Amino acid sequence: MIENGWNQFEIGSVLRPFSGEVSDVSVIQPEDRLYSASNSFSVSVADWRIEKPLFKKELCIDCQFCWIYCPDMSIISRDKKMIGVDYDHCKGCGICVQVCPTTPKALLMFPEQADEEIELAQWPKKETQETKEN
Amino acid sequence: MADIFELRDYEVWDGNMAASHALRQAQVDVVAAYPITPSTPIVENYGNFMANGYIDGEYILAESEHGAMSCCIGASAAGGRVATATSSQGFALMLETLYSASGMRLPIILNVVNRAIGAPLNVNGDHSDMYMGRDSGWIQIDCYNPQDVYDMNLLAFRVSEDHDIRLPTMVHQDGFMTSHTAQRVKTLSDDVAYNFIGEFKPMNDMLDLDHPVTHGVQTEEDWHFEHKARQHHALMSAVIPKIQEAFDELKVLSGRQYNIVESYNMNDAEVAIVCMGSSVETALEVSNELLAKGIKAGVVGIRVFRPFPLVEIADALKSCKAIATLDRSSPNGTVGALFNEIAGALFNTNTHAVLTNYIYGLGGRDLTKASLHTIYRELESNAESGNVTTPLQQFIGLRGPKLSFF
Repeated sequence: MIENGWNQFEIGSVLRPFSGEVSDVSVIQPEDRLYSASNSFSVSVADWRIEKPLFKKELCIDCQFCWIYCPDMSIISRDKKMIGVDYDHCKGCGICVQVCPTTPKALLMFPEQADEEIELAQWPKKETQETKEN
Repeated sequence: MADIFELRDYEVWDGNMAASHALRQAQVDVVAAYPITPSTPIVENYGNFMANGYIDGEYILAESEHGAMSCCIGASAAGGRVATATSSQGFALMLETLYSASGMRLPIILNVVNRAIGAPLNVNGDHSDMYMGRDSGWIQIDCYNPQDVYDMNLLAFRVSEDHDIRLPTMVHQDGFMTSHTAQRVKTLSDDVAYNFIGEFKPMNDMLDLDHPVTHGVQTEEDWHFEHKARQHHALMSAVIPKIQEAFDELKVLSGRQYNIVESYNMNDAEVAIVCMGSSVETALEVSNELLAKGIKAGVVGIRVFRPFPLVEIADALKSCKAIATLDRSSPNGTVGALFNEIAGALFNTNTHAVLTNYIYGLGGRDLTKASLHTIYRELESNAESGNVTTPLQQFIGLRGPKLSFF
Protein backbone atom coordinates (compact mmCIF):
# COMPACT_ATOMS: atom_id res chain seq x y z
CA MET A 1 0.00 0.00 0.00
CA ILE A 2 2.87 2.35 0.80
CA GLU A 3 3.89 2.22 -2.89
CA ASN A 4 0.45 3.27 -4.18
CA GLY A 5 0.23 6.36 -6.37
CA TRP A 6 -2.64 8.85 -6.26
CA ASN A 7 -4.56 6.94 -8.93
CA GLN A 8 -4.39 3.59 -7.14
CA PHE A 9 -6.51 4.26 -4.06
CA GLU A 10 -10.24 3.71 -3.96
CA ILE A 11 -12.10 7.00 -4.35
CA GLY A 12 -13.45 8.70 -1.25
CA SER A 13 -10.58 7.25 0.82
CA VAL A 14 -12.78 4.29 1.74
CA LEU A 15 -11.18 1.30 3.38
CA ARG A 16 -12.42 -2.27 3.33
CA PRO A 17 -12.17 -4.14 6.64
CA PHE A 18 -12.27 -7.55 4.92
CA SER A 19 -10.66 -9.06 1.86
CA GLY A 20 -13.53 -9.90 -0.46
CA GLU A 21 -17.13 -10.73 0.33
CA VAL A 22 -18.18 -11.65 3.85
CA SER A 23 -21.48 -12.79 5.22
CA ASP A 24 -22.56 -13.22 8.82
CA VAL A 25 -19.10 -12.30 10.09
CA SER A 26 -20.29 -12.27 13.70
CA VAL A 27 -20.23 -16.06 13.89
CA ILE A 28 -16.55 -16.24 12.79
CA GLN A 29 -13.86 -15.88 15.46
CA PRO A 30 -11.66 -12.81 14.94
CA GLU A 31 -8.53 -14.87 14.23
CA ASP A 32 -10.37 -16.73 11.44
CA ARG A 33 -11.82 -13.66 9.70
CA LEU A 34 -10.38 -12.50 6.38
CA TYR A 35 -9.29 -9.11 7.66
CA SER A 36 -7.70 -6.87 5.04
CA ALA A 37 -4.20 -5.39 5.37
CA SER A 38 -5.76 -1.99 6.13
CA ASN A 39 -7.87 -3.38 8.98
CA SER A 40 -6.63 -2.36 12.41
CA PHE A 41 -6.74 -6.03 13.40
CA SER A 42 -3.82 -6.60 11.02
CA VAL A 43 -1.67 -3.96 12.70
CA SER A 44 0.04 -4.36 16.08
CA VAL A 45 -0.16 -1.40 18.43
CA ALA A 46 1.71 -3.16 21.22
CA ASP A 47 4.34 -0.43 21.31
CA TRP A 48 1.75 2.15 22.43
CA ARG A 49 1.70 0.38 25.80
CA ILE A 50 3.74 1.37 28.88
CA GLU A 51 2.01 -0.95 31.31
CA LYS A 52 0.44 -4.30 30.55
CA PRO A 53 -2.25 -6.37 32.27
CA LEU A 54 -1.25 -9.89 33.35
CA PHE A 55 -3.82 -12.61 33.94
CA LYS A 56 -3.81 -15.10 36.83
CA LYS A 57 -6.16 -17.82 35.63
CA GLU A 58 -6.67 -19.56 39.01
CA LEU A 59 -8.29 -16.43 40.50
CA CYS A 60 -10.68 -15.78 37.58
CA ILE A 61 -14.39 -16.47 38.11
CA ASP A 62 -15.27 -15.86 34.40
CA CYS A 63 -17.63 -13.02 35.20
CA GLN A 64 -16.71 -11.46 31.79
CA PHE A 65 -16.55 -7.94 33.19
CA CYS A 66 -13.13 -7.36 31.58
CA TRP A 67 -14.40 -8.66 28.25
CA ILE A 68 -17.39 -6.31 28.32
CA TYR A 69 -15.46 -3.24 29.48
CA CYS A 70 -12.32 -3.53 27.32
CA PRO A 71 -12.56 -0.64 24.83
CA ASP A 72 -10.35 -2.39 22.26
CA MET A 73 -11.80 -5.92 22.25
CA SER A 74 -8.43 -7.14 23.56
CA ILE A 75 -9.79 -9.63 26.12
CA ILE A 76 -9.99 -13.04 24.50
CA SER A 77 -12.91 -15.07 25.71
CA ARG A 78 -14.32 -18.35 24.37
CA ASP A 79 -17.61 -19.92 25.48
CA LYS A 80 -17.78 -17.41 28.31
CA LYS A 81 -14.37 -18.53 29.63
CA MET A 82 -11.63 -15.93 29.93
CA ILE A 83 -8.57 -17.06 27.97
CA GLY A 84 -6.15 -14.17 28.03
CA VAL A 85 -5.16 -10.79 26.63
CA ASP A 86 -4.58 -9.87 22.97
CA TYR A 87 -1.21 -8.11 23.42
CA ASP A 88 -1.11 -6.97 19.78
CA HIS A 89 -4.04 -4.63 20.38
CA CYS A 90 -4.13 -3.97 24.15
CA LYS A 91 -3.02 -0.38 24.83
CA GLY A 92 -2.59 -0.83 28.56
CA CYS A 93 -5.47 1.37 29.71
CA GLY A 94 -6.05 -0.75 32.85
CA ILE A 95 -9.84 -0.78 32.71
CA CYS A 96 -9.92 -4.61 32.86
CA VAL A 97 -7.97 -4.47 36.13
CA GLN A 98 -10.28 -1.78 37.54
CA VAL A 99 -13.42 -3.84 36.90
CA CYS A 100 -12.02 -7.22 38.00
CA PRO A 101 -14.13 -8.10 41.08
CA THR A 102 -12.08 -10.89 42.71
CA THR A 103 -9.82 -10.49 45.76
CA PRO A 104 -7.02 -10.54 44.95
CA LYS A 105 -7.70 -9.52 41.33
CA ALA A 106 -7.20 -11.99 38.49
CA LEU A 107 -5.83 -9.11 36.37
CA LEU A 108 -3.12 -6.69 37.53
CA MET A 109 -1.04 -4.02 35.77
CA PHE A 110 2.75 -4.39 35.47
CA PRO A 111 5.48 -2.46 33.69
CA GLU A 112 5.71 -3.55 30.05
CA GLN A 113 9.15 -5.11 30.60
CA ALA A 114 8.06 -7.19 33.66
CA ASP A 115 8.57 -10.96 33.33
CA GLU A 116 5.25 -12.79 33.24
CA GLU A 117 6.48 -15.98 34.91
CA ILE A 118 8.04 -14.14 37.83
CA GLU A 119 5.03 -11.89 38.37
CA LEU A 120 2.56 -14.79 38.25
CA ALA A 121 4.69 -16.60 40.84
CA GLN A 122 4.71 -13.51 43.11
CA TRP A 123 0.97 -12.79 42.63
CA PRO A 124 -0.79 -11.59 45.84
CA LYS A 125 -2.20 -14.57 47.73
CA LYS A 126 -5.81 -15.09 48.65
CA GLU A 127 -6.40 -14.11 52.28
CA THR A 128 -6.98 -17.25 54.38
CA GLN A 129 -8.38 -17.58 57.91
CA GLU A 130 -4.79 -18.06 59.17
CA THR A 131 -3.36 -14.95 57.59
CA LYS A 132 -6.23 -12.94 58.98
CA GLU A 133 -5.50 -14.14 62.53
CA ASN A 134 -1.85 -13.11 62.16
CA MET B 1 -45.23 4.20 -4.74
CA ALA B 2 -45.28 7.97 -5.18
CA ASP B 3 -48.17 9.49 -7.16
CA ILE B 4 -47.51 11.07 -10.56
CA PHE B 5 -47.74 14.86 -10.45
CA GLU B 6 -49.50 16.03 -13.59
CA LEU B 7 -47.63 19.10 -14.84
CA ARG B 8 -48.69 21.44 -17.61
CA ASP B 9 -46.18 21.90 -20.45
CA TYR B 10 -45.54 25.37 -19.09
CA GLU B 11 -45.80 26.19 -15.40
CA VAL B 12 -45.36 29.55 -13.68
CA TRP B 13 -42.78 28.81 -11.05
CA ASP B 14 -40.27 30.81 -9.08
CA GLY B 15 -36.76 29.37 -8.76
CA ASN B 16 -37.56 27.69 -5.47
CA MET B 17 -40.62 25.88 -6.85
CA ALA B 18 -38.61 24.83 -9.90
CA ALA B 19 -35.97 23.29 -7.59
CA SER B 20 -38.64 21.56 -5.47
CA HIS B 21 -40.23 19.93 -8.51
CA ALA B 22 -36.86 18.79 -9.83
CA LEU B 23 -36.08 17.15 -6.45
CA ARG B 24 -39.53 15.53 -6.49
CA GLN B 25 -39.01 14.18 -10.01
CA ALA B 26 -35.58 12.85 -9.01
CA GLN B 27 -37.33 10.78 -6.28
CA VAL B 28 -34.68 11.62 -3.73
CA ASP B 29 -34.27 9.03 -0.94
CA VAL B 30 -33.29 11.47 1.82
CA VAL B 31 -33.71 15.22 2.13
CA ALA B 32 -32.29 16.51 5.42
CA ALA B 33 -32.74 20.25 5.84
CA TYR B 34 -32.72 23.24 8.12
CA PRO B 35 -34.65 25.88 6.19
CA ILE B 36 -33.19 29.38 5.80
CA THR B 37 -34.32 32.41 3.78
CA PRO B 38 -34.43 32.66 0.77
CA SER B 39 -34.09 28.89 0.17
CA THR B 40 -36.84 27.96 2.67
CA PRO B 41 -39.62 27.32 0.10
CA ILE B 42 -37.52 24.63 -1.64
CA VAL B 43 -37.76 22.27 1.32
CA GLU B 44 -41.16 23.65 2.36
CA ASN B 45 -42.65 22.75 -1.03
CA TYR B 46 -40.85 19.42 -0.88
CA GLY B 47 -42.41 18.65 2.51
CA ASN B 48 -45.77 19.55 1.01
CA PHE B 49 -45.24 17.11 -1.89
CA MET B 50 -44.30 14.44 0.61
CA ALA B 51 -47.38 15.03 2.77
CA ASN B 52 -49.54 14.72 -0.34
CA GLY B 53 -48.07 11.41 -1.44
CA TYR B 54 -45.84 12.53 -4.29
CA ILE B 55 -42.58 11.39 -2.67
CA ASP B 56 -41.47 8.01 -1.31
CA GLY B 57 -38.25 9.14 0.41
CA GLU B 58 -37.46 10.39 3.90
CA TYR B 59 -37.53 14.01 5.04
CA ILE B 60 -35.42 14.89 8.08
CA LEU B 61 -35.69 18.24 9.81
CA ALA B 62 -32.19 18.69 11.28
CA GLU B 63 -31.12 20.85 14.23
CA SER B 64 -28.85 23.11 12.14
CA GLU B 65 -27.35 23.37 8.67
CA HIS B 66 -24.26 21.61 9.98
CA GLY B 67 -26.56 18.82 11.13
CA ALA B 68 -28.52 18.86 7.87
CA MET B 69 -25.44 18.33 5.70
CA SER B 70 -24.12 15.77 8.19
CA CYS B 71 -27.36 13.79 7.81
CA CYS B 72 -27.00 14.08 4.03
CA ILE B 73 -23.44 12.72 4.25
CA GLY B 74 -24.57 9.75 6.34
CA ALA B 75 -27.50 9.01 4.07
CA SER B 76 -25.34 9.29 0.96
CA ALA B 77 -22.64 7.02 2.39
CA ALA B 78 -25.39 4.56 3.32
CA GLY B 79 -26.29 4.44 -0.37
CA GLY B 80 -29.18 6.83 -1.08
CA ARG B 81 -29.95 9.64 -3.50
CA VAL B 82 -29.65 12.77 -1.34
CA ALA B 83 -30.37 16.49 -1.67
CA THR B 84 -30.95 19.62 0.40
CA ALA B 85 -31.00 23.42 0.15
CA THR B 86 -29.51 26.35 2.02
CA SER B 87 -28.35 29.99 1.85
CA SER B 88 -25.90 32.44 3.36
CA GLN B 89 -25.27 31.98 7.10
CA GLY B 90 -26.61 28.44 6.86
CA PHE B 91 -24.19 27.72 4.04
CA ALA B 92 -21.40 29.12 6.20
CA LEU B 93 -22.37 26.78 9.04
CA MET B 94 -22.37 23.87 6.58
CA LEU B 95 -18.94 24.70 5.22
CA GLU B 96 -16.96 22.22 7.30
CA THR B 97 -19.19 19.35 6.26
CA LEU B 98 -19.10 20.39 2.58
CA TYR B 99 -15.43 19.42 2.46
CA SER B 100 -16.31 16.04 4.02
CA ALA B 101 -18.98 15.41 1.38
CA SER B 102 -16.64 16.08 -1.54
CA GLY B 103 -13.64 14.33 0.05
CA MET B 104 -15.74 11.25 0.74
CA ARG B 105 -16.94 11.44 -2.91
CA LEU B 106 -20.63 11.56 -1.99
CA PRO B 107 -22.92 12.79 -4.81
CA ILE B 108 -25.15 15.09 -2.75
CA ILE B 109 -27.14 17.86 -4.50
CA LEU B 110 -27.22 21.18 -2.64
CA ASN B 111 -29.42 24.01 -3.85
CA VAL B 112 -27.73 27.24 -2.81
CA VAL B 113 -30.05 30.21 -3.07
CA ASN B 114 -27.36 32.87 -3.06
CA ARG B 115 -27.62 35.47 -0.31
CA ALA B 116 -25.30 37.97 1.33
CA ILE B 117 -23.35 36.99 4.44
CA GLY B 118 -23.54 39.31 7.50
CA ALA B 119 -22.59 41.45 9.26
CA PRO B 120 -24.62 43.50 8.69
CA LEU B 121 -27.34 40.86 8.56
CA ASN B 122 -29.02 40.78 5.17
CA VAL B 123 -31.45 38.32 3.57
CA ASN B 124 -31.07 39.46 -0.05
CA GLY B 125 -29.12 38.08 -2.93
CA ASP B 126 -25.42 38.39 -3.60
CA HIS B 127 -22.77 35.80 -4.35
CA SER B 128 -20.87 35.73 -1.03
CA ASP B 129 -22.00 32.20 -0.16
CA MET B 130 -21.26 30.87 -3.65
CA TYR B 131 -17.75 32.34 -3.49
CA MET B 132 -17.22 30.89 -0.03
CA GLY B 133 -17.82 27.41 -1.43
CA ARG B 134 -15.49 27.65 -4.40
CA ASP B 135 -12.57 25.71 -2.89
CA SER B 136 -14.74 23.06 -1.25
CA GLY B 137 -14.38 20.45 -4.00
CA TRP B 138 -18.02 20.63 -5.15
CA ILE B 139 -19.22 21.05 -8.71
CA GLN B 140 -20.85 24.51 -8.86
CA ILE B 141 -23.46 25.22 -11.54
CA ASP B 142 -24.96 28.69 -11.87
CA CYS B 143 -28.53 29.47 -12.91
CA TYR B 144 -29.90 32.73 -14.29
CA ASN B 145 -33.67 32.05 -14.05
CA PRO B 146 -36.18 29.42 -12.80
CA GLN B 147 -35.98 27.43 -16.05
CA ASP B 148 -32.24 27.02 -15.51
CA VAL B 149 -32.85 25.99 -11.89
CA TYR B 150 -35.23 23.24 -12.99
CA ASP B 151 -32.95 21.91 -15.73
CA MET B 152 -29.70 22.20 -13.78
CA ASN B 153 -31.14 20.32 -10.80
CA LEU B 154 -32.11 17.40 -13.01
CA LEU B 155 -28.68 17.52 -14.63
CA ALA B 156 -26.88 17.72 -11.29
CA PHE B 157 -28.08 14.28 -10.14
CA ARG B 158 -27.11 12.72 -13.45
CA VAL B 159 -23.61 14.20 -13.37
CA SER B 160 -22.82 13.84 -9.66
CA GLU B 161 -23.95 10.26 -9.33
CA ASP B 162 -21.96 8.99 -12.32
CA HIS B 163 -19.43 6.46 -11.04
CA ASP B 164 -16.57 8.20 -12.86
CA ILE B 165 -17.42 11.39 -10.98
CA ARG B 166 -19.03 10.79 -7.57
CA LEU B 167 -18.71 14.45 -6.55
CA PRO B 168 -21.41 16.62 -4.96
CA THR B 169 -22.99 19.51 -6.87
CA MET B 170 -24.23 22.93 -5.81
CA VAL B 171 -26.95 24.43 -7.98
CA HIS B 172 -26.86 28.19 -7.51
CA GLN B 173 -29.61 30.73 -8.07
CA ASP B 174 -29.90 34.36 -6.99
CA GLY B 175 -31.82 34.94 -3.77
CA PHE B 176 -35.24 36.57 -4.40
CA MET B 177 -34.33 37.81 -7.90
CA THR B 178 -34.55 34.21 -9.15
CA SER B 179 -35.82 32.28 -6.13
CA HIS B 180 -38.96 34.37 -5.58
CA THR B 181 -39.70 35.71 -9.06
CA ALA B 182 -42.34 33.57 -10.78
CA GLN B 183 -41.50 33.01 -14.42
CA ARG B 184 -42.46 30.65 -17.20
CA VAL B 185 -40.84 27.22 -16.91
CA LYS B 186 -41.17 24.52 -19.56
CA THR B 187 -41.49 21.19 -17.80
CA LEU B 188 -40.66 17.58 -18.47
CA SER B 189 -43.13 14.91 -17.42
CA ASP B 190 -42.22 12.92 -14.31
CA ASP B 191 -41.10 9.83 -16.23
CA VAL B 192 -39.10 11.76 -18.85
CA ALA B 193 -37.34 13.76 -16.12
CA TYR B 194 -36.61 10.62 -14.09
CA ASN B 195 -35.26 8.76 -17.10
CA PHE B 196 -33.01 11.70 -17.95
CA ILE B 197 -31.53 11.57 -14.43
CA GLY B 198 -31.37 7.78 -14.37
CA GLU B 199 -31.76 5.20 -11.64
CA PHE B 200 -29.51 5.78 -8.63
CA LYS B 201 -26.65 3.29 -8.67
CA PRO B 202 -25.02 2.93 -5.26
CA MET B 203 -21.24 2.72 -4.88
CA ASN B 204 -19.35 1.67 -1.74
CA ASP B 205 -22.66 1.92 0.13
CA MET B 206 -22.58 1.11 3.81
CA LEU B 207 -25.87 -0.80 3.63
CA ASP B 208 -24.24 -3.42 1.38
CA LEU B 209 -23.58 -5.65 4.39
CA ASP B 210 -21.79 -8.34 2.39
CA HIS B 211 -19.11 -5.80 1.38
CA PRO B 212 -18.37 -3.85 4.55
CA VAL B 213 -16.70 -0.49 3.97
CA THR B 214 -15.24 2.18 6.21
CA HIS B 215 -16.12 5.78 5.28
CA GLY B 216 -14.56 8.90 6.77
CA VAL B 217 -11.05 7.61 7.43
CA GLN B 218 -8.05 9.60 8.62
CA THR B 219 -4.93 10.04 6.52
CA GLU B 220 -1.89 12.10 7.45
CA GLU B 221 1.12 13.31 5.47
CA ASP B 222 1.54 9.80 4.13
CA TRP B 223 -1.63 9.55 1.98
CA HIS B 224 -3.75 12.72 2.34
CA PHE B 225 -2.05 14.38 -0.65
CA GLU B 226 -2.79 11.40 -2.93
CA HIS B 227 -6.49 11.36 -2.01
CA LYS B 228 -6.83 15.11 -2.62
CA ALA B 229 -5.02 14.73 -5.95
CA ARG B 230 -7.40 11.99 -7.05
CA GLN B 231 -10.40 14.12 -6.10
CA HIS B 232 -9.03 17.13 -8.01
CA HIS B 233 -8.28 14.90 -11.00
CA ALA B 234 -11.91 13.73 -11.15
CA LEU B 235 -13.19 17.29 -10.86
CA MET B 236 -10.81 18.54 -13.55
CA SER B 237 -11.05 15.74 -16.11
CA ALA B 238 -14.37 13.90 -15.83
CA VAL B 239 -16.93 16.59 -14.99
CA ILE B 240 -16.95 18.98 -17.97
CA PRO B 241 -17.34 16.17 -20.57
CA LYS B 242 -20.14 14.62 -18.49
CA ILE B 243 -21.94 17.97 -18.18
CA GLN B 244 -21.57 18.50 -21.94
CA GLU B 245 -23.05 15.06 -22.60
CA ALA B 246 -25.99 15.88 -20.30
CA PHE B 247 -26.46 19.26 -22.03
CA ASP B 248 -26.61 17.47 -25.37
CA GLU B 249 -29.23 14.98 -24.21
CA LEU B 250 -31.26 17.71 -22.52
CA LYS B 251 -31.32 19.54 -25.83
CA VAL B 252 -32.72 16.48 -27.56
CA LEU B 253 -35.40 16.11 -24.86
CA SER B 254 -36.37 19.75 -24.38
CA GLY B 255 -34.90 21.78 -27.22
CA ARG B 256 -33.11 23.94 -24.68
CA GLN B 257 -29.42 24.57 -25.36
CA TYR B 258 -27.01 25.04 -22.46
CA ASN B 259 -23.26 25.59 -22.76
CA ILE B 260 -20.28 25.20 -20.45
CA VAL B 261 -19.66 28.90 -21.07
CA GLU B 262 -22.70 30.93 -22.13
CA SER B 263 -21.85 33.50 -24.81
CA TYR B 264 -24.32 36.11 -26.01
CA ASN B 265 -23.64 38.48 -28.92
CA MET B 266 -20.01 37.38 -28.71
CA ASN B 267 -19.36 36.49 -32.37
CA ASP B 268 -17.48 39.68 -33.21
CA ALA B 269 -17.75 41.45 -29.86
CA GLU B 270 -15.07 44.03 -29.11
CA VAL B 271 -16.15 44.61 -25.52
CA ALA B 272 -17.61 42.05 -23.14
CA ILE B 273 -19.05 41.77 -19.66
CA VAL B 274 -18.44 38.53 -17.74
CA CYS B 275 -20.90 37.92 -14.91
CA MET B 276 -23.06 35.37 -13.12
CA GLY B 277 -26.62 34.77 -11.99
CA SER B 278 -29.60 36.93 -12.91
CA SER B 279 -27.19 39.73 -13.90
CA VAL B 280 -26.44 37.80 -17.10
CA GLU B 281 -29.97 38.45 -18.35
CA THR B 282 -29.84 42.15 -17.43
CA ALA B 283 -26.48 42.50 -19.16
CA LEU B 284 -27.87 40.74 -22.23
CA GLU B 285 -30.71 43.25 -22.45
CA VAL B 286 -28.19 46.11 -22.42
CA SER B 287 -25.99 44.26 -24.90
CA ASN B 288 -28.95 43.97 -27.30
CA GLU B 289 -29.66 47.69 -26.97
CA LEU B 290 -26.04 48.51 -27.80
CA LEU B 291 -25.97 46.06 -30.67
CA ALA B 292 -28.96 47.84 -32.18
CA LYS B 293 -26.82 51.00 -32.15
CA GLY B 294 -23.97 49.19 -33.87
CA ILE B 295 -21.80 48.75 -30.79
CA LYS B 296 -20.22 45.30 -30.64
CA ALA B 297 -20.90 44.55 -26.98
CA GLY B 298 -21.28 40.96 -25.77
CA VAL B 299 -21.96 39.06 -22.57
CA VAL B 300 -20.27 35.95 -21.22
CA GLY B 301 -22.15 34.11 -18.49
CA ILE B 302 -20.47 31.61 -16.19
CA ARG B 303 -22.56 28.43 -16.25
CA VAL B 304 -20.06 26.06 -14.61
CA PHE B 305 -18.12 27.90 -11.90
CA ARG B 306 -16.38 24.78 -10.58
CA PRO B 307 -14.65 23.08 -12.24
CA PHE B 308 -13.68 26.40 -13.85
CA PRO B 309 -13.69 26.07 -17.66
CA LEU B 310 -10.39 27.87 -18.13
CA VAL B 311 -9.81 26.95 -21.78
CA GLU B 312 -13.43 27.43 -22.90
CA ILE B 313 -13.65 30.87 -21.31
CA ALA B 314 -10.35 32.00 -22.81
CA ASP B 315 -11.70 30.88 -26.17
CA ALA B 316 -14.99 32.77 -25.69
CA LEU B 317 -13.08 36.00 -24.94
CA LYS B 318 -10.19 35.65 -27.39
CA SER B 319 -11.27 38.36 -29.83
CA CYS B 320 -12.28 40.99 -27.26
CA LYS B 321 -10.38 44.24 -26.80
CA ALA B 322 -11.79 45.13 -23.40
CA ILE B 323 -13.42 42.90 -20.79
CA ALA B 324 -15.15 43.73 -17.51
CA THR B 325 -15.52 41.08 -14.81
CA LEU B 326 -18.45 41.70 -12.48
CA ASP B 327 -18.18 40.33 -8.94
CA ARG B 328 -21.18 40.30 -6.61
CA SER B 329 -19.23 39.50 -3.43
CA SER B 330 -17.09 41.84 -1.37
CA PRO B 331 -13.53 40.89 -2.31
CA ASN B 332 -12.32 42.02 1.12
CA GLY B 333 -8.75 42.91 0.36
CA THR B 334 -8.07 42.02 -3.27
CA VAL B 335 -9.62 42.07 -6.75
CA GLY B 336 -12.84 40.15 -7.34
CA ALA B 337 -12.59 36.37 -7.70
CA LEU B 338 -13.97 36.47 -11.23
CA PHE B 339 -11.31 39.05 -12.19
CA ASN B 340 -8.62 36.66 -10.97
CA GLU B 341 -10.20 33.68 -12.73
CA ILE B 342 -10.53 35.49 -16.06
CA ALA B 343 -7.05 37.01 -15.78
CA GLY B 344 -5.71 33.51 -15.10
CA ALA B 345 -7.58 32.11 -18.10
CA LEU B 346 -6.28 34.81 -20.46
CA PHE B 347 -2.75 35.35 -19.20
CA ASN B 348 -0.83 32.85 -21.34
CA THR B 349 -2.94 33.42 -24.46
CA ASN B 350 -2.35 35.82 -27.37
CA THR B 351 -4.95 38.30 -26.14
CA HIS B 352 -4.08 41.93 -25.53
CA ALA B 353 -7.48 42.64 -23.99
CA VAL B 354 -7.76 45.24 -21.24
CA LEU B 355 -9.29 43.63 -18.15
CA THR B 356 -11.14 45.54 -15.39
CA ASN B 357 -13.20 44.62 -12.36
CA TYR B 358 -16.52 45.94 -11.02
CA ILE B 359 -17.94 45.13 -7.60
CA TYR B 360 -21.74 45.44 -7.67
CA GLY B 361 -25.02 44.43 -6.09
CA LEU B 362 -23.88 43.57 -2.57
CA GLY B 363 -26.72 42.68 -0.20
CA GLY B 364 -29.24 42.60 -3.04
CA ARG B 365 -28.58 46.10 -4.43
CA ASP B 366 -30.06 46.17 -7.96
CA LEU B 367 -27.73 46.05 -10.91
CA THR B 368 -29.39 48.69 -13.10
CA LYS B 369 -29.24 48.95 -16.86
CA ALA B 370 -27.81 52.45 -16.35
CA SER B 371 -24.84 50.95 -14.45
CA LEU B 372 -24.32 48.39 -17.21
CA HIS B 373 -24.39 51.15 -19.86
CA THR B 374 -21.70 52.98 -17.85
CA ILE B 375 -19.57 49.84 -17.72
CA TYR B 376 -19.88 49.26 -21.47
CA ARG B 377 -18.96 52.92 -22.15
CA GLU B 378 -15.83 52.55 -20.04
CA LEU B 379 -15.00 49.30 -21.84
CA GLU B 380 -15.31 51.06 -25.18
CA SER B 381 -12.80 53.70 -24.15
CA ASN B 382 -10.47 50.96 -22.83
CA ALA B 383 -10.80 49.16 -26.16
CA GLU B 384 -10.14 52.33 -28.12
CA SER B 385 -6.99 53.33 -26.22
CA GLY B 386 -5.72 49.80 -25.57
CA ASN B 387 -5.08 50.77 -21.96
CA VAL B 388 -6.97 50.86 -18.70
CA THR B 389 -8.61 54.30 -18.71
CA THR B 390 -10.36 53.72 -15.36
CA PRO B 391 -9.18 52.37 -12.03
CA LEU B 392 -8.76 48.57 -12.17
CA GLN B 393 -11.43 47.89 -9.58
CA GLN B 394 -14.53 50.06 -9.17
CA PHE B 395 -17.60 49.81 -6.96
CA ILE B 396 -20.71 50.46 -9.03
CA GLY B 397 -24.17 51.39 -7.74
CA LEU B 398 -22.66 52.54 -4.44
CA ARG B 399 -23.85 55.69 -2.60
CA GLY B 400 -21.31 58.36 -1.61
CA PRO B 401 -17.96 59.29 -3.17
CA LYS B 402 -16.66 57.06 -5.95
CA LEU B 403 -14.78 54.06 -4.56
CA SER B 404 -12.05 52.43 -6.63
CA PHE B 405 -8.66 50.75 -6.28
CA PHE B 406 -5.48 50.10 -8.26
